[in-house]
Amino acid sequence: MQREGSPWQGLGVVTLKELSDHLTSWRMFVLEWLVAITAVVSVYGAIQQIRDSTAEDPFLLLRLFTRGTPLPFVALLSFLVPLVSIGLGFDLVNSEHNQRTLSRVLSQPIYRDALLFGKFLAGLATMAISLLALWLLLIGVGLVTLGVPPSGEEVGRALVFLLVTIAYAGVWLALSLLLSILFRSAATAALAALGLWLFLTILWPLMMPLVASLVAPSTDDVLALLDTQLALGRISPSALFNEIAAVILDPSLRSTQQSMFAQMGLMLLERGAVPGAPIPLLQSLLVVWGQFVGLIAGTILLFVAGYVVFQRQEVRA
Amino acid sequence: MTEQLIEAKNLTKRYNGTAVVNGISFSVARGEIFGLLGPNGAGKTTTILMLLGLSDISDGQARVVGHDPVREPLAVKRRVGYLPDQVGFYDNLSAADNMRYMGRLIGLPAAERERRIAKALDHVGLAEVANRRVATFSRGMRQRLGLAEILMKEAQIAILDEPTSGLDPQATLELLDIIRGLKQHGVSVLVSSHLLDRVQSVCDRVALFNRGRIVLMGSVSELGRQVLGGATYVDIEAEGKGLADQLAAVPGVRSVETPRANCFHLLTERDVRPEVAAAVVAAGGRLMRLSVQEPSLETIYTRYFETATKEGARHAA
Repeated sequence: MQREGSPWQGLGVVTLKELSDHLTSWRMFVLEWLVAITAVVSVYGAIQQIRDSTAEDPFLLLRLFTRGTPLPFVALLSFLVPLVSIGLGFDLVNSEHNQRTLSRVLSQPIYRDALLFGKFLAGLATMAISLLALWLLLIGVGLVTLGVPPSGEEVGRALVFLLVTIAYAGVWLALSLLLSILFRSAATAALAALGLWLFLTILWPLMMPLVASLVAPSTDDVLALLDTQLALGRISPSALFNEIAAVILDPSLRSTQQSMFAQMGLMLLERGAVPGAPIPLLQSLLVVWGQFVGLIAGTILLFVAGYVVFQRQEVRA
Repeated sequence: MTEQLIEAKNLTKRYNGTAVVNGISFSVARGEIFGLLGPNGAGKTTTILMLLGLSDISDGQARVVGHDPVREPLAVKRRVGYLPDQVGFYDNLSAADNMRYMGRLIGLPAAERERRIAKALDHVGLAEVANRRVATFSRGMRQRLGLAEILMKEAQIAILDEPTSGLDPQATLELLDIIRGLKQHGVSVLVSSHLLDRVQSVCDRVALFNRGRIVLMGSVSELGRQVLGGATYVDIEAEGKGLADQLAAVPGVRSVETPRANCFHLLTERDVRPEVAAAVVAAGGRLMRLSVQEPSLETIYTRYFETATKEGARHAA
């Protein structure tokens, strides 16, 4: 049965309204400052470290992202981006129910598609704006304190990293949107989202060796066991993000497993390759293309799940 | 024949096999105020949501302004204004901003939107608080703001779900006045309520709901004749001995009730006030008050269900 009219009617209106809600809310203000302050601390640590150890490093700008004590900027983002995304998304739909505005909005000539998609787009746009501001701030501070102009290759890698971070934010936003549809109470949705976040980023990697040994066909083959462990670990978006970030921000890495094997004292060698030599951006991208697609596919899957549930939900409270 | 703006034929809604609305049929003409009356949970809101295309129709058909709400929900929603039960607004926005959002969703151009918002807010008496946040609004003000939205939409049909519930008498009167104003502008009004007497005063025709079915439909006086069989109630206050027997002997009097001393409640076949007065005086009583009761919806409703229950009991026996 064909529906009349476009599902996108009203999309722009909903997106702009939600965006203005986000940008003027106290919640966003608090979350932004939380991220900005921690970023400043981590970059300060990174700059100290780079100044102490700098020799003839051709990728100084990228080191800003990956170096630093106690937490490098990348690790910080992998931890905080989900928190901000969940903070933006956990009450997107259930607040419309609880404020009793849903039936009024849906009695206007728009489809539910526009409302849901508009809310997601506005959340993603908010995250993109904040992350872009953070990214520019970081590069600006880097330029001023390090005093070395970045190469085109470095800027390209940093840009790709920004896109990846936005995609990573998208997964968590889609997850919290789904939970805000499933749970009528905003507090329940927030707790469920935070619980999943803690589970996927902290507990799941810890459980990995155990789960892998249960799932793997034989425990004698150490490499196969490691492969299983890695594959299962990639269920967590944070694992995907960390793998992509590592390869994109370090041109000397040729495989996502390289650092893991290095920890075990093994070295991954390709025939004819010079160990530690940088590879071009395009090659780095190819290495983590699967992970990148995984992040986007996860976003789409979670959004579609939410879409299906929302379409079938009764309007009345 | 006048144009029918709403036509429902055999409309049915089932949840998990249980019919919540069970084969109802009715129509509303242009400029008519039609009341859906009945206890909570009788299926009034479900019927309204089906007419708006916000809830699927399990069986039967509906035409709203000549469109099918299932296949052409946007066309229906463009022409119908809806005031939900316990209407909600975005509390952080002002009254005018809430209306602007809806105006954008409807797709009104900016100048036209502002003109209509100012006019509608003025009409419902909220022009002075247009820029105040809705969080500070009383219940009556919220209901009026909801009506202003319908005015802004210049809808051909206004569907009001329990518009008077929870309002004080003064606010109720104001609201009913606005509803009458809608009728004068040629708008059809579908109003649902469980408060029978309030709504009786504005409705041209009513449909009484019970357990998902329309049990009675017509104008209030028609229903009175139908249910009470043309009977009239006469109230008397008089002092005197053995008055009850004297009154029962008056021709045309069916029964006499004595709710308290010196107070009599007669069910009669016609208006027998002259005869009753003569009987009281002839018995040497002092007549204090004599009045005839118009049949109220409340009486009709109670009476109908008394009879229905008795008949049900007889069938069971």
